[in-house]
Amino acid sequence: MNLAYRDIRHNLGRFLLTCVGLGLLLGVVLAMIGIYRGLVVDALTIARAPGVDLWVVEANTRGPFAEASRIPGDIREAIARIADVAAAGSITYQTVEAEHQGKKLRLYVIGYELTRPGGPPEVTEGREIARSHYEIVADRTTGLLLGDRIQLGRSTFTVVGLTRHQVNSGGDPAVYITLPDAQKLQFDLAPPAARVQLARGSSGASRDTVNAVVARLHPNASPDAVAEMVRRWKHLAAITQEAQESILTRSLVDRARRQIGLFTSLLLVVSAVIIALIIYTMTMEKLKQIATLKLIGAPNRTIIGMIVQQALALGFIGFAVGAALIVNIKDYFPRRVVLEADSVVVLGLIVFAVCLLSSGLGVRAALRVDPATALGG
Amino acid sequence: MATPSTGTPLVRLDRISKHFGEGETRVDALREVSLEVFPRQVVALLGPSGSGKTTLLNIIGCILDPSSGSMELDGEWVLRDGRWLRGDLRRLRLDKIGFIFQFHNLLPFLDATDNVAVVLQLAGADIATARKRAGDLLDYLEVGHRRHAMPAKLSGGEAQRVAIARALANSPRIILADEPTAALDSKRAGIVMDLLRKLAVEHDAAIIAVTHDEKIFDRFDHIFQLRDGRLDGHTTLHAVAAETR
Repeated sequence: MNLAYRDIRHNLGRFLLTCVGLGLLLGVVLAMIGIYRGLVVDALTIARAPGVDLWVVEANTRGPFAEASRIPGDIREAIARIADVAAAGSITYQTVEAEHQGKKLRLYVIGYELTRPGGPPEVTEGREIARSHYEIVADRTTGLLLGDRIQLGRSTFTVVGLTRHQVNSGGDPAVYITLPDAQKLQFDLAPPAARVQLARGSSGASRDTVNAVVARLHPNASPDAVAEMVRRWKHLAAITQEAQESILTRSLVDRARRQIGLFTSLLLVVSAVIIALIIYTMTMEKLKQIATLKLIGAPNRTIIGMIVQQALALGFIGFAVGAALIVNIKDYFPRRVVLEADSVVVLGLIVFAVCLLSSGLGVRAALRVDPATALGG
Repeated sequence: MATPSTGTPLVRLDRISKHFGEGETRVDALREVSLEVFPRQVVALLGPSGSGKTTLLNIIGCILDPSSGSMELDGEWVLRDGRWLRGDLRRLRLDKIGFIFQFHNLLPFLDATDNVAVVLQLAGADIATARKRAGDLLDYLEVGHRRHAMPAKLSGGEAQRVAIARALANSPRIILADEPTAALDSKRAGIVMDLLRKLAVEHDAAIIAVTHDEKIFDRFDHIFQLRDGRLDGHTTLHAVAAETR
């Protein structure tokens, strides 16, 4: 007969309650790992959305995400003419706050040229922008629905399409509008300010400015070689897609990533200590029974087996509870929680190892029990 | 009626001593105790607190190392000049010795049958055989109708019978009992002692009990009185009764 199982069954309610408690803790650990992964994925989402190989930005900057970058819009023509470039498009990025149904919406507005790289990677509902003005494709997390109208700057836009998981590194949902609309939104002054500028004689400045030009290369072209070619124009900098992703993960979200990473590590340590304490306490409560078992002739392996099996059952059930909890509530988090199979498996293995190590404390206590303590009151 | 001291003793102690600590802190718990217990005998170890009776019971139970002396259990010398001759004392206990505790010490997470069967399983029996034998033992001890009851649901007398069944599971010829009737009233204590005597006779076993329970003194064949770690002689129950009066 399996003594561990029988002991658990005898105190099933208490054991399950302990498992649920541990499960909540492991759920928090899993959520933190998911948030950590989500932060990285979110940071890369916008950079990966255009599906390009090269980013051309202002010289001496690492734009457009890590630093501000402004370049003339006609640079796109120059880039498109480079031999290895298959397609190029101009892009603008800006964060705006808009009001919708009485609520403030913080939006990451992306302006792109229709039919050129830079638009939404996939429209899951509705359609892509078809008109050159006043249409918008929004991420679902904005809460906007097809047909909704929203005021951005001095213009009103109609939602014609919805995307999924398009957020910037700060978690703000992205919306896509045409490049002219985006430039107008970004560079047009409010009427009073425009009048002041007019009075100062500086009204003729061109607003054909963009934050970056993105380029898709021919299949066999080398992004590094093209980037090197672009850098010969002294007023431009070129960043390959790989370098852009590196900037995003190692620079832009690095501090937040490390913060969450450290917090997750601390949570893991706390979980390990709690698991150890639970198992140790469970063992200490059974010392008299262990002494009796030893006295009647139970070998050490029977006693070790009982403690280790209970520790593993506790860890397994706790982990399953935590995982089930997070899988079911992860979509309610304000930021994306990405549960990747490898992260879940690694945490599962860590919990398994922690349970084994923690049970060592209990086993040590159990093996030290003198069978003679079973005798007497 | 007292069982005569004849034949080969089941338990033979030869000048067993045990001390704890050294120098000024040395305490001599047992000093050259020698005794013999024969099959079918029910004997008591009696003495005031600190006299060494529990120490002696632990040594006979092979759970405490003596400082010196020799011991023979069931015809086998297991201890010679303070050194164990058997490496696996756990197996020795499992095969030769049954234990009965003051508070029965049943495992609370096993029912009556499995509390008995677990000992048989530890000895290598398969679960079906173990449960069958456990059931037979519980029937024999007239507690078979409670075979599926958990220890918490058993009365004191029932629990002690289950504990006795567990002690008998591997048919040991030596049964050590630590205050077996302390938690029972006079009537139940008498029933348990009658049962132990019946077991001793039917299983050709020796029963050694540590007790303070005056109401059962007259149920023992012999009483070994310990005082300051020494055996104070081989006392008849009448002498003890007179002394305790």
